[in-house]
Amino acid sequence: MSNFSKDAHLSPSTLHKDVPMAATRDGYGIGVVETGKKDESVVVLCADLTESTRSQGFKDAFPNRFIEMGVAEQNMAVVATGLALNGKIPFVATYAVFSPGRNWDQIRISACYNEAHIIFIGAHAGISVGPDGATHQAMEDIALTRTLPGMTVLVPCDAEEARKAIHAAITAKGPVYIRLGRNATPKFTSENTPFAIGKAQIFREGTDVAIIGAGPIIHSALVAAAELEKQGISCEVINMPSIKPIDHDAIEKAAKKCKAIVTVEEHQIMGGVGSAIAEVVAQTVPVPIEFVGMHNSFGESGTPDELLKKYRMDAPAIEAAVKKVIKRK
Amino acid sequence: MQKLTTREDLERMANTIRKDIIAMLVEAGSGHSAGPLDLADIATALYFNVLNTSPDKKHDPDRDRLHISCGHTAPVWYAVLARAGYFPVEELKTLRKLGTRLQGHVDRLTTPGIESSAASLGQGLGIACGAAYAGKINNQTYQTYALLSDGEHDEGSTWEAVAFAGHYKLAHLTAIIDRNNIQIDGPTESVMRKENFKEKYEAFGWHVIEIDGHNFEEIISACNEAKAIVEQPVCIIAHTIAGKGVDFMEYQYQWHGNPPNKEQAQEALKQLRSLGDKITPSDI
Repeated sequence: MSNFSKDAHLSPSTLHKDVPMAATRDGYGIGVVETGKKDESVVVLCADLTESTRSQGFKDAFPNRFIEMGVAEQNMAVVATGLALNGKIPFVATYAVFSPGRNWDQIRISACYNEAHIIFIGAHAGISVGPDGATHQAMEDIALTRTLPGMTVLVPCDAEEARKAIHAAITAKGPVYIRLGRNATPKFTSENTPFAIGKAQIFREGTDVAIIGAGPIIHSALVAAAELEKQGISCEVINMPSIKPIDHDAIEKAAKKCKAIVTVEEHQIMGGVGSAIAEVVAQTVPVPIEFVGMHNSFGESGTPDELLKKYRMDAPAIEAAVKKVIKRK
Repeated sequence: MQKLTTREDLERMANTIRKDIIAMLVEAGSGHSAGPLDLADIATALYFNVLNTSPDKKHDPDRDRLHISCGHTAPVWYAVLARAGYFPVEELKTLRKLGTRLQGHVDRLTTPGIESSAASLGQGLGIACGAAYAGKINNQTYQTYALLSDGEHDEGSTWEAVAFAGHYKLAHLTAIIDRNNIQIDGPTESVMRKENFKEKYEAFGWHVIEIDGHNFEEIISACNEAKAIVEQPVCIIAHTIAGKGVDFMEYQYQWHGNPPNKEQAQEALKQLRSLGDKITPSDI
């Protein structure tokens, strides 16, 4: 009855109150230990945020392959480059406001221009960081990383997808950015849910509007789609964890099928997931698009739910965007 | 690659390198003169005597590594790499031209022998730290060198790397500072106070050696001393004369980022020839 795509293998409790909760950073914490066991070239660098980035498990398991950098994100990116050019696979973990926020130049020249295979973990991204306020809410990191030549950009929608993204990242080439959230959010995908760099997945079939986006907000899109179905509006929900490379075919098919798109992200609408989707739509099947995300503003202190509501990045905001885009068809 | 061991041979090679630099820059019509000229002796000593590396060891995991932080000094490294056999000397004339393997700033992906791309200042020492740390994890004993300008010590990121190397007592790591006392806007001490380099590095846990960066005995002996110190990283402060070898460029900060024109290049080559070089200058 939920119209979930069978191929997505979503949890039956996805829309129930008892859906398990976990932060995407927890998926990284599990995944990085798993990859560390598989491949001894994996090393982890952290800038004084070992526990909150969930790098502690790796540090405990492989103390000789964990490097404490101190609060020095610029040096963290370049030391990682030196390690990567000498056969290591470094994970560089800190908050997204600091990496790529503070060390973008080091990522551009040292990591990307050298084509160094480094996995940048941008933790505590999005407004749902909550009470720490605007200084710690990275709302620009996708735009910062997406423009860099050779960079892969991944935005997992839940902890399980984050774990898979970690595994996929170590087999990728060149630098990879993985965006993670602080807050516990529904863990609604399963071990069988497909994940591949460059691929989107249809989570829910629909015909009137395609909701496409990335991150935990995809769960809100499923909630919104269920509500809209009651009102006679059929929404397709497409999870697009790979912002770069982006799945052109999936976007083109959705534009042809639904003839209207709503993009969803917990990020500035300028330069983010919506922009990446709009670039494809504009060049293939130009259809109306509405953008759910941050509109040229800083966040503030508050609970995650309060902030997502106030800044219009929750299920009701997605519903409103769907209704608006239908009128433009 | 032939190792040069006598002062005479090294000086002769450095003189050839300086002539290559002038020829490259006048052909390119843009680029940096002062730094490359003053680094000619250090670069010659490194590639023709100190470094355990060569064109056929490019991928040898046990080779010594040199990470150039001041990527704008590219011409001197290209000249040395060409003379050491990494690529044909004739290719030097393609510097900065469309399609060249010799980019305006060093690029590891295009130029054989360049270990890491750099130019945005303040990053090469950190890369060298990563290379040295990888060696530490692997129990390898290759030596990692970083070549830094004095000007880039204005960058906070340089000091992050200085702190990191000192904290982890990174052995087999040697930073060489080209202390030529100039940067783009003027003399280094008037743009932004740098001194006291020695005390600053020592405070971060480094062993510091000060040398005349134009004296081959001092350059080579400092590098050997650095290799022998295995408890901490070593910083060699190499005092150099900006634009060394061409009298109208020497000590002049205005030559940091400019090439000679044709007349100036002729005069520069005349001066370099008169230094007693017996090698026929390459006609590039």
